[in-house]
Amino acid sequence: MTERSSVDRLGRGPGLFGPRRRSVVREEGARGALIAFVSTVIFLGFVLWVILTSDAWPAVQRQFFNWTHFQAAWPSVLSGFWLDIRMFMLAEVLILAIALIVAMIRALRGPAFFPLRLLAVTFIDLIRGVPIILLILLLGFGVPALQLPGVPRSELLWGLTALVISYSAYTAEVYRAGIESVRESQRMSARSLGLTQVQTLRYVLVPQAIRNVIPALLNGFVSLQKDVALVFVLGVREGVREAQIYNAHTFNYTGYIAATILFLLVSVPLARFTDWYTDRDRRRKQAVGG
Amino acid sequence: MNHPKLELCNVHKAFDSKVVLHDVDLAVQHHEVVCLIGASGSGKSTLLKCVNLLVPIDGGEIFLEGENITAPGVNPNLVRQRMGIVFQSFNLFPHMSVLDNITLSPRKVHGLDRSAAEERARELLDRFGLGDKINEYPDRLSGGQQQRVAIIRSLAIDPELILLDEVTSALDPELIAEVLNIIRDLKEIGMTMVIATHEMGFARDVADQVCFLDNGVILEHGPPDQIFHKPAEARTQQFLQRIIEAGRLS
Repeated sequence: MTERSSVDRLGRGPGLFGPRRRSVVREEGARGALIAFVSTVIFLGFVLWVILTSDAWPAVQRQFFNWTHFQAAWPSVLSGFWLDIRMFMLAEVLILAIALIVAMIRALRGPAFFPLRLLAVTFIDLIRGVPIILLILLLGFGVPALQLPGVPRSELLWGLTALVISYSAYTAEVYRAGIESVRESQRMSARSLGLTQVQTLRYVLVPQAIRNVIPALLNGFVSLQKDVALVFVLGVREGVREAQIYNAHTFNYTGYIAATILFLLVSVPLARFTDWYTDRDRRRKQAVGG
Repeated sequence: MNHPKLELCNVHKAFDSKVVLHDVDLAVQHHEVVCLIGASGSGKSTLLKCVNLLVPIDGGEIFLEGENITAPGVNPNLVRQRMGIVFQSFNLFPHMSVLDNITLSPRKVHGLDRSAAEERARELLDRFGLGDKINEYPDRLSGGQQQRVAIIRSLAIDPELILLDEVTSALDPELIAEVLNIIRDLKEIGMTMVIATHEMGFARDVADQVCFLDNGVILEHGPPDQIFHKPAEARTQQFLQRIIEAGRLS
């Protein structure tokens, strides 16, 4: 569908901060933009003034927004955060692949595939029923403690494995919803051409399913990008852990603010992109009439 | 060549308690065009889907060239490789170009390499006047064009027989003729076809044999002249009367 929608080819898709309503913008023009700008400045100025003049602000500033502490905490928090980013990217690739396989297995029909389907459903149900943090503790501390020969003992590796397993179960359900959203007649049509079930999934159903669930998958990205920090409980020195270490040494919380800023720098644009993409996708579907 | 191309013996099909096909017998000879007519819900579509093994039958047998394709252990994929089916709603794959729609099965199921499959697709598209649409996506085509592509897609696997399931029912009236013409072309080249249709004038022109289905039973069958002009059964007469009143048969 990518190259064909006239809507986006003619230009104006949705804006980055929500749907662009061209007629409104055109009518109100520069004057509207000016009003929006001025009212925003006044509103934010007021909010800031209330905060900064309150009695509690000096203490808050000392504990959370201390420039000296910020500079001191920044390098270690930043290098820890870089580990978060690398974990996120590696995990996401694995999750997308594993979840797709699980979802495809679940979508197979016929009594012959019952054991495989049962396995997939059991996996999804069990994993989704367990808190991620529990899974991280279980694998991250539990497996290395077994001291099995040939089994890696890295907490980081097992913590990441727990994240991948957990997110794969959720993401498999996202894919499944996508596969089920493709009309039954598409499956029938593919089978009537002699394609096997797996070929039908691979060439006909899954490509359409993925297009349908990209917004939901992107939502999962946003969520995972933050949840990788959970491996801090294993002592892995990622961003949050570094901030905690700084806090333990200095009793100052500015390091947490540094970590917060770093997470926001990634997650907010990702969330904006997701919204933008979802909106564009919706418009395209309307443009081709469903 | 002793066996009919397709033969249904006592085929029985029920969805839950509703009987859709009731002990249907039908023989389709080589190069024969059989039209199934009857009201909506009379079982025409189900019959075609049973032949394509998309719907499992509950009783009876279906033979393709004398070979029982409903016997246990028959691989339905191998059976489907030998026949084409075209549906009312086109069912082209929306994420693939016309070319990819047509070459998917020849390449992935029949093992043709890409260039051979594409050459064959090009040849078929040219022959049926769609050569310029080869790289279009289905949503850029009219309903009539989509349905013609769907027919070409089923032809691309060199089927022994083609099943057409009300292929003009979803089309605007002005687009019906182009689809019917392609089916007439197929008759010319001797394709064996089973056609479920509401186009009575077309059925009368193109069919060698017409079967009137009523509540899952082939109530009456014979050459079109007989069915349309001297129907023996009261139900057939009623059905045709309604069609004529609706202006669908002149």
